[in-house]
Order: sequence, then structure tokens, then C-alpha cells
Amino acid sequence: MELERTRIEIVDCAKTYADGTRGLKPTTLTVEPGEVLALLGPSGCGKTTLLRLLAGLEAADPGGRILFGDQDVTARPVEKRNVGMVFQSYALFPQMTVEANIGYGLKVRGVAEAERRRAVGELVDLVRLNGLESKRPAELSGGQRQRVALARAVAVRPRVLLLDEPLAALDAKLKESLRDELAELLRRLGITAVHVTHDQHEAFAIADRLAVMHGGSIVQVGRAETLYRAPTHAFVADFLGRVNRLERDADALARGVVKIGGVEWSCPSRSSDGGVLVRPEDVQLGPHRPDWALATVRHRTFLGERIHLRVEADGQSSLLADVPPDSPFRVGDTVGVWVAPERLIAAMETDA
Amino acid sequence: MRATAQPPAPLLFAVTLVVALFMVVPILVSVMAGLVVNYSSGLKSGLTLRWLAQVWETYGDTVAASLLIAAGSVFATVVLGVPCAYMLARNRSRAARAFEEVLTLPVAVPGLATALALILVYGQMASFRQSFAFILVGHIVFTLPFMVRTVSAAFERGDLVALEEAARTLGASFPQRFLGVLVPAVFPAIVAGCLMVFTLSIGEFNLTWMLRTPLTRTLPVGLADSYASMRIEVGSAYTLVFLAVVLPALWALQTLAAAMQKRYGT
Repeated sequence: MELERTRIEIVDCAKTYADGTRGLKPTTLTVEPGEVLALLGPSGCGKTTLLRLLAGLEAADPGGRILFGDQDVTARPVEKRNVGMVFQSYALFPQMTVEANIGYGLKVRGVAEAERRRAVGELVDLVRLNGLESKRPAELSGGQRQRVALARAVAVRPRVLLLDEPLAALDAKLKESLRDELAELLRRLGITAVHVTHDQHEAFAIADRLAVMHGGSIVQVGRAETLYRAPTHAFVADFLGRVNRLERDADALARGVVKIGGVEWSCPSRSSDGGVLVRPEDVQLGPHRPDWALATVRHRTFLGERIHLRVEADGQSSLLADVPPDSPFRVGDTVGVWVAPERLIAAMETDA
Repeated sequence: MRATAQPPAPLLFAVTLVVALFMVVPILVSVMAGLVVNYSSGLKSGLTLRWLAQVWETYGDTVAASLLIAAGSVFATVVLGVPCAYMLARNRSRAARAFEEVLTLPVAVPGLATALALILVYGQMASFRQSFAFILVGHIVFTLPFMVRTVSAAFERGDLVALEEAARTLGASFPQRFLGVLVPAVFPAIVAGCLMVFTLSIGEFNLTWMLRTPLTRTLPVGLADSYASMRIEVGSAYTLVFLAVVLPALWALQTLAAAMQKRYGT
């Protein structure tokens, strides 16, 4: 089943609710044809609002425009927008069988019975629900329900697919296996999709590009690696994984260095308004060498495949280091600390 | 889910038994009174169906009238109440809340007052006033809030909102999603509402007593007549008729409601 690949353009879309709260600040974003884009952020960041604007379940404030391909759909009601949507709770029709759920969109469009059966059969194969066609949603497992919801959404051959926290209702183990399956399914369908989640791993696994949102606006858009390695804002760095913050005083700032444990590291050239960030897995520990900062291990947490060491160095608050499980260091040991210069992240504070 | 192994609790059992007897004995005595020849001498006077026959002859028509009015109330409260419940569930405005209060008034205000109001307004329309439709209207006014409350609580659930949105994204028009998705999804609540409306309508007395005419009587009104004007055995036999009519109807509806819950329960 190959679906249309539609470019989505969101131009200056904002959303102010009836009670005056600003759900979304004016936002412009393009989703390329066939691309899977994740809207990632904490609750209340506006990601769901943006998704509902795309679906047509909410109307954008005057001035905003939404285009599917070269068609302006801003004024189209949800019923006529031809989107497929997977809801967080799946919203399967409880009184209908799996088959009837998947075929519902075709039925309300007046598609003939025979054609409908053929399309539903094809989708049942695609999402591997064979044998469950006449079950009701209450009789299915969480993963099966999710697949029914996806099949129902794509049955009407939508122009774009919208996924609202599609894995949030599942338990952690299942989530991990299903997110790869979902990613694979979306690639096979080739449909332009927008995926809302607060789980960065889910976004990494499923999306081609991520738009990280905070406080009603998009902070940064890019590929997962770019956002993880070169976040422009501290918020993005923090949201995508653990991060240490190295403080800089006025003097260090002026000279473009970080002072730590008796040494000075030169900072990335990119302008920064204060701190420098570093990922725990980029903090290397070893015997003390020149240029390496001197630090003391204060805390050690064994996690099985990794060890987390919290170290303290002069001039900085404590630093988390994520090291392999064969790391010999214990609490109280004096260690050398090193971070490769290209691993130092200069990021803006978020209220930009 | 039924608990399998519970420790015996004799005290609890005794209390339950006493309470159950307290409530059941009067009904049993009343049924017995309707079957004996003479209540004051009790079972010694022998059993008879004479009183039952007398009741059936004098008041038999009230059985059909009550069942038809109850069925009419159920039908009307479904047709009027379900859309109204949907509107109240989706509209959080102050006007909607005020409307809901007004709708509930006939439950709080004594039936006599409601009946009086109906008579004041429609009393001059003789053919309406003298028909069963007049009593039916009274019953609808009284039972509608029960249907609306029950069903609107179901419509308000978050998953129902999501179901409607899902149907909309799939292209369903309002009539399509209302009849095809929403009503089936709240069907158990509608059945529960019907059960309540039917029960209330069958047993309704004080409003009906005001609205009745000698030719338009329901079961409970006939019951009052017979208590007031005939032997106690006849009145008791009437109770028996009442139970014989109401219980099977209630059991049937309850079985249906349970089956619905089982089928649609999530």
C-alpha cells in the first residue's frame, strides 16, 4: 500500500484559547513529502495543539495558514481535511469489530462493500491482525489496539498521518518493540507523518526529523544526531538526554575558556551566553595527565551496562560521568577528567 | 468478578437477613391478604382467586394503560433526552447549566405542583385533557431528567470525546457519527436510563393522581381507588396484580441492560 506524499506547510500558525491562554505562539514549519517529523516536548509545550491544528480539530488564530501540498486547507473542517489520526487512547469504536473499525472511514464515504472488504483485508495483512478481524477492541492487547488504530487511520488513504502519543498507552517493554515496528510501518507506507511525543527515545526511533518545543514555540528543528550533538538551546540539550552544565565567570567568558580543576579548556567558538554543556558519556576519566582536570569521585552508581560516577572538580559544581562498567574508580579516588573540545556544547538559554 | 472463598460472617448474615425480612415481609403479607377469603381470620378462612378476578374486571384496563404510558415515556425520553444529553455534555455554557437545572426541577418539586401547572395551561384543551396523552406528558416531564442525567454523564467521558474526534477525522458527518458511533457507545447508559424511566413511570402516583380522569387511570391510581373504596382483600389482590405486571417487565429490562454491559463493557 503506497500512499500520497504530501508536503505540509505551517505558516504563522498560533492558537489562543477562548480563556485567553496561548496554546501556541506563531509557528512556521515545513514537513517534507514522505517525511516523519516528531513534535517533541514536555506537556504543555504546544505540541498537541499544533497537531490538532493540523488535523483541523482546532482552528488557528486568524493569519495562520496550513497547506497540504499546494492546497490551502486552513478553512477546511476536520471532516473534509483528509487526515488520518492515531489517538493516544486509540479511540477505537468499542461496539465495532476490528474489521468494522478499520472500514469505518470507507463506510462513511460510501465506498461499496466489496471494495471496502478488499481494502480492509489488505490493511489487516499490513498490520498483521489476521485472525482477529471479528474481535472487539476490548478483547485485544494494547499493541493490537494500536495497530487497529493505525490501520483505521490509513484506510481512508489520508494525505497526512497524525500520531498523538501513539505508544504512551503501552507498558515500557512493549513500547520499545512497538516503536521500531511503527517506524518500519511508516516507512513502508511512505506517508508524510507528524508524530507527537514527550519521549525522546520514541522520537529518535520513529522520526526523520525532530522539532523540539517549549512554552508554545518550536525551539529547534533537525535530525536526531544534530539536536543531540549540537543543540542550540540548553533546553533542547536537557530534554534529549542527561547533560552537565559547566559554569563560566566573566573572566572565563571574556577569554573563551572553561576553568575546571586547575586547567583551562578552550570553548567552542559558537557564541554562548554563559554556561557550557557536556554529555555524561563525553566525560572521560583516567589517570591525571597535563590538560586533564583534577577531580574527586563523590558518588558511584552501578547500572549494569554502565556506571555513573559523580565527580567534583575545583571551580565547578559536580559533574556526572557515564563510563563503561569496567571503570576502576571508586568513591574518594582522585581522577583526571577530560572532555574532547568538539564535545563541549555552547548553547543558549531557552528564553530566547 | 465473584469472590470465591470468603470467611463466614454470621453476624453480617444475621443483620442482612433481618433487614431483608423487614422489607420483604410486608410485601408477602400483602400478597397473602389478596389471596385469602377473609384477611381478619387469615389463612384459616381459605384461599381464593375471587379478589384477583374482581380486580381484573374493575381495573384490568389500567394494566394496559400503565404499560403503554411507561413504554411511551421510554420512547419519548430517548428521542428527546439523548440529543439533549449530548448538547448538555458538549456545551459548558452557563445557559446550558441553567437549562439542566430547570430540566431537573420536576424531580424536586412535588408532582402535585407539576400536575397543577399542566392543568392550568392545558386544562381547557378538553380532548387533550381527557386523553392518556395528558398523563403521558406529565410522565415525560417527570422522567426526562433521569434519562438526560444518565446519558449525559456517559457522553461527558473523555473517551467519548476522543471517539467523536476519531470519527470526524475519518470524515463522518454529524448524523453519521452521532447515530453510528456516539449513540452505540453510550448504549448501555441509554438502556440504564430506559430502565429507570420505565420503573418511575409504572410506579408514578402523585402527579398521575392529579392528571387522571375517571376514564384515564393508571395502575397506581387504580390501586389507590381500590384501597380507598373496597375491601382490604381487593386492595391487596391489586398489589399482587401490580407485582405480576411490574416484576417480569423489570427483570426483562434488567437482563437486557446486563447483556448490554457485558457486550459493550470495556
